[in-house]
Amino acid sequence: MNISLNFAHIQFLLEGTFWTVILSLMAFGGGGMMGFLIALGRIAPLRALRVVIAAWVQLIQGTPLLIIMFMVYFGLPQLGLSISPLLAAGVSLTIYASAYLGEIWRGCIQAVPRAQWEAAECLALSGVQRMFKVILPQAIKLATPPTVGFSVQIIKNTSLASVVGFVELARAGQLINNSIFEPFIIYLIVATLYFCLCFPVSVLSRRLERGAPEKKIKPVPTVSPRIN
Amino acid sequence: MMLDFTAILSQWQLMLDGAALTAKLALVTTVTGFLIGTLCAVARRSQSSVFSRIAAIYVESIRNTPFLVQIFLVYFGLSSMGFSFTAFTVSVIALTINVGAYTAEIMRAGFESVHKGQWEAAETLGLTKWQQYWHVALRPAIERVYPALTSQFILLMLASSVTSQISTEELTATANFIQSETYRPFETFVIVAGIYIALSLLMRLIFWLFGLAIFPRRRRLGTMI
Amino acid sequence: MSIITLRNVQKSFGHNPVLKDVSFSVNQGQVVALIGASGSGKSTALRCIDRLETINGGSIEVCGHKVEDPHVNLRKLRQDVGIVFQSYNLFPHLTIEQNITLGPVSVKKMAKAEARRLALSVLEQVGLADKADSYPEQLSGGQQQRAAIARSLAMKPKVMLFDEVTSALDPKLTGEVLRVIERLAGSGMTMIMVTHEMNFARRVADKIIFMHQGTVHESGTVEILKTPGTAALQEFISNDL
Repeated sequence: MNISLNFAHIQFLLEGTFWTVILSLMAFGGGGMMGFLIALGRIAPLRALRVVIAAWVQLIQGTPLLIIMFMVYFGLPQLGLSISPLLAAGVSLTIYASAYLGEIWRGCIQAVPRAQWEAAECLALSGVQRMFKVILPQAIKLATPPTVGFSVQIIKNTSLASVVGFVELARAGQLINNSIFEPFIIYLIVATLYFCLCFPVSVLSRRLERGAPEKKIKPVPTVSPRIN
Repeated sequence: MMLDFTAILSQWQLMLDGAALTAKLALVTTVTGFLIGTLCAVARRSQSSVFSRIAAIYVESIRNTPFLVQIFLVYFGLSSMGFSFTAFTVSVIALTINVGAYTAEIMRAGFESVHKGQWEAAETLGLTKWQQYWHVALRPAIERVYPALTSQFILLMLASSVTSQISTEELTATANFIQSETYRPFETFVIVAGIYIALSLLMRLIFWLFGLAIFPRRRRLGTMI
Repeated sequence: MSIITLRNVQKSFGHNPVLKDVSFSVNQGQVVALIGASGSGKSTALRCIDRLETINGGSIEVCGHKVEDPHVNLRKLRQDVGIVFQSYNLFPHLTIEQNITLGPVSVKKMAKAEARRLALSVLEQVGLADKADSYPEQLSGGQQQRAAIARSLAMKPKVMLFDEVTSALDPKLTGEVLRVIERLAGSGMTMIMVTHEMNFARRVADKIIFMHQGTVHESGTVEILKTPGTAALQEFISNDL
């Protein structure tokens, strides 16, 4: 097999990898902030708010990420807002991540034993103080393993940004393939690069999950369903 | 620009065809993915470290790479080997390989949740390892991880949208076609999102009914294992 | 005629030697009570007989099978030996009848109708004929244990092993299980029971084997319970009172 892959191509792939990382951080940061608000909204005292946010989460989780991306990238210009591929990908991934992170974190906040909420109340702490000084620190400990696990999902899902034209790792592979047409080798290298990004994070997530056995949330064996 | 949903709704026939293909993909790959995943889980638990290691490599490779890249590898890999399958077939193969890895982990947890005493009782009755899995471990394992399996296969249906990238004419590809013809992407994708949600609800219903069928104990007694 | 023979059996779990040098034999039709304090190795010895644990030294022969041999025909061994566990281990997703027919149908390739007849007859034997279509969770502990005994009996074993089968039961429910075991003993079945029920052992057993710290410390007829020959057995009996 005559492979015409050269160093410039590898460099291009590494650049794509860099943008994959940037996009992942954007999604995690934005999704994290929005997700935190969503988690709080899901447990808010106002029922209307809880219902609306729950419906929003169901909507996002029930829609393929690709559709969300198309909606943002093609739909917003239709409404008069022009948007770059990077921003479209960033916004889409943020919306997507916020729904899932919000659910994970809500679960963790609710998993903090009732007794803790009551103890905090009995200490005459205000609602905000209860949340930030007692509940959240414990919820964060519970939330760390699944959150780290979900970041692997985020990294993998940045690959869909290629479909709206943003040049991250998957798109870089496509572009190189367009010029030298060795798809199998190219995508094998692309897959390996993704593996190098994702595998360490997966291992970390598993280690975190194992390291806190008494803090598992559900008694039933939890293997979170994933795809992509 | 005024939103006009009627222009999209008039294309309902096309969307129905797309949704039907998505449903077909989901149905076929749920079955094949479950089979591969369960066999893989058995391999992971086997005494032979060769099978266990191969299964582990398979699962880790799939779980740490994006589906988009996997489907390209399957597509170009198969065509470079000389096969010319339809886009549907390639999608089925790629989706099966993908969901098989995730199902393997879920089923492995399910098998692990079967109490050691159950395995011993089966073993001392003289059942072979395969018989132990089939008669004693399989149904309780599935029952215990049924919610996780249901969620996984619904995610599978959503992931089928990525197969549009190798020209499979499922719902997402149909959506792209319609929006490129009508110049109304917003309305198109809103409606298509609605169809995906409807499909998710339909799948949840089907899984619930299926659960009633295969867990007679649950049906009669209403209890979980 | 001895159908179970243990010779110098050794078994360690990691660095922990649980069986140091166990030798005893059981004749056809004998009812043996294996007694001893927790940690004496009696359950382990029983489990080794049915190859649930592999031994590190010595030999075990059961109904002509050499259990310590890595190539022993496990399926044939398990058909000759029936074992009942402390936690019954009934299969929760199957009815009682299905629990019982599973072995004969899958292992002995019996026809379903014949297996059903067999199941009903062993259920009759243990007094649970009306529970054939129930699920294990609908039965009391005593009923579940009797069902477990019926399940083992359906395989027509030559030897029955009982591993502390009443220890997990409410005292009220042990009676019904012990009655079944007593009837079985009376019918000539070769049995080894690991048990804490001393009165029951006195009444039913032909031979008592007292295990202490991984060896057979003393053995004999039920007389040794009245007049123990060793200090360890003496202490064990007095503690039991």
